[in-house]
Amino acid sequence: MAIKVINPGLSTTVQDLGRPGYYHLGIPLSGGMDRFALRAANLLVGNDEGAAVLEAVFMGPELQFASDAIVAVTGAELPPKVDGNVQPTWTAFKVKAGQTLGFDFLKSGARAYIAVQGGIDVPVVLGSRSTYTLGALGGHEGRKLAAGDALKVGGVAKAAKEGRSIPANLRRLPGNPAELRVVPGLYWHRITDAAGTGFFADTWKVAPEADRIGYRFKGGKPLEFVPRKQPFGAGSDPSNIVDACYPYGSIQVPGGTEPIVLHRDAVSGGGYFMVGTVISADMDLIGQLQPHTPAKFVKVDMKGALQARHDRQALLQKLRAAVN
Amino acid sequence: MKTRYSFGGDEHIFVEVDEEMSLEAFFKSLSMTTAVKESRIKGVTEICPANASFQIKFDPDVIAPDDMLAELKRLEGAADKAESSIKTRIVEIPVLYNDPWTHETLMRFRERHQDPKSTDIEYAARINNLDGVDGFVKAHSGAPWFVSMVGFVAGLPFLYQMVDRKRQIEVPKYLRPRTDTPKLTVGHGGCFGCIYSVRGAGGYQMFGITPMPIYDPKQEIKYLKDFMVFFRPGDIVKWKPIDRAEYDSAVADVEAGKFAPRMRDVTFSLDEFRRDIDGTNAKLMGVLYGN
Repeated sequence: MAIKVINPGLSTTVQDLGRPGYYHLGIPLSGGMDRFALRAANLLVGNDEGAAVLEAVFMGPELQFASDAIVAVTGAELPPKVDGNVQPTWTAFKVKAGQTLGFDFLKSGARAYIAVQGGIDVPVVLGSRSTYTLGALGGHEGRKLAAGDALKVGGVAKAAKEGRSIPANLRRLPGNPAELRVVPGLYWHRITDAAGTGFFADTWKVAPEADRIGYRFKGGKPLEFVPRKQPFGAGSDPSNIVDACYPYGSIQVPGGTEPIVLHRDAVSGGGYFMVGTVISADMDLIGQLQPHTPAKFVKVDMKGALQARHDRQALLQKLRAAVN
Repeated sequence: MKTRYSFGGDEHIFVEVDEEMSLEAFFKSLSMTTAVKESRIKGVTEICPANASFQIKFDPDVIAPDDMLAELKRLEGAADKAESSIKTRIVEIPVLYNDPWTHETLMRFRERHQDPKSTDIEYAARINNLDGVDGFVKAHSGAPWFVSMVGFVAGLPFLYQMVDRKRQIEVPKYLRPRTDTPKLTVGHGGCFGCIYSVRGAGGYQMFGITPMPIYDPKQEIKYLKDFMVFFRPGDIVKWKPIDRAEYDSAVADVEAGKFAPRMRDVTFSLDEFRRDIDGTNAKLMGVLYGN
């Protein structure tokens, strides 16, 4: 069965849980920015949690279905419409052969996950169906969807029920201001104590330059550096380091002004110092932030990071139980 | 050199072998990452060597962060004693210096450059006390370069010039990064050279372009059929200046599937290099060109 792309939306890509193992060559993990929502969408339509779905940013696509399908839309509050009739989010619904799945305007969040029973069937590249657009790798021809594209859907493994829904208390979206928990470290010692205090005290705002590679934040005080003679090979700016690896979630601050949190399509390394790393449990939340959303970085230690990781796993267990 | 360990959130450990760049720091980082690979520690998901540092990604549900840290510290002692010698490849990369494509791009972004009145290559020549563009090309292509990291974007090599530190070319990055860089641009920032594997943003100075693809996600190019990324840390590169006619003919060869890089297996010893830089480089050229 096939899905025809009538209108691709702003930037719609095929994503699954990503492509680990090639970061040392500059090929990032990729995959859904909000993995929790991606898993939920798949569970609702009876797929494996890691099946390939469509990730739509800010604006939904318009898709014509050649056969009957069970579909679910999770993540951002981007109301789906079947031939113009609004359907609930976080709920499995049916699209009949010949019908068109469209979307209403975005109400909250930033990225919606559109799962189709059977999964989006694009070739597996280096172990994943995820799209890495910068490297023209994976997904549908290595790029975001365009009008006229035809997507194949995989064979149905498990029955799915229309109307199956995720309870509201299991739908995870960021607050306002969004709170992103950070373990300070990496090159934290490069900034003064006052700058470090300010970084966590200030309220930042998501900048328009926010995509799958990284999210930029504005509006906090510039960070003051501890003076030093720059090491050989680093470059002359006090924010420069000898080019090193960048962790996922790491927060670099070029010139000490605007923090950038690297996300699933991260550049794997470079020459800017980093003040710390957003914990794994809060990475999904970043994917749901719209530009101009206020955000605070909240300091945690490793114990706090592991507790948050544990809490998130417990939530995932509840999610699995809720759809079974 | 003092090794510094830091956690990157709950899934990464970052290990800085030295604050400043040197081949010694690179070799220590490489031997530590090799040791991590060989010890097959459960829970390790990515091992990423960099210029003078490296990063391990791990699953804290499998191995506790403190245990992971202890494992790495244990391996550091062994790495200190490791022999600084590697079996690697030496590759000739043809370069059209001062090409029209990077020129067009650098003119578009002149207001982001330290010296809007000269080109990147003229500027780099001047601040490195080299005799104009010709003098720069001679210095840039005269000695081999060492691939000390692969990354930033898919398959991009960072290259470290194999000469005395006082002769190493050093340039600042652009004041503000460009939003565009031609694919296969030969660039430079700090003390590092690079080849942009894909078109996109970049902050390095731009000196020329190579006709030789180094990343092919479709794996149609013959020498990228086995794996889509050409470079590995430890590769040695020799730039070969070419003119426009040679560039065009190489591009035609790539398109016809006939282009084959000149490439030889070689053993590189850091101790030997330290004792005699020019002699070691001459030997490497001997292997590459077979005389």
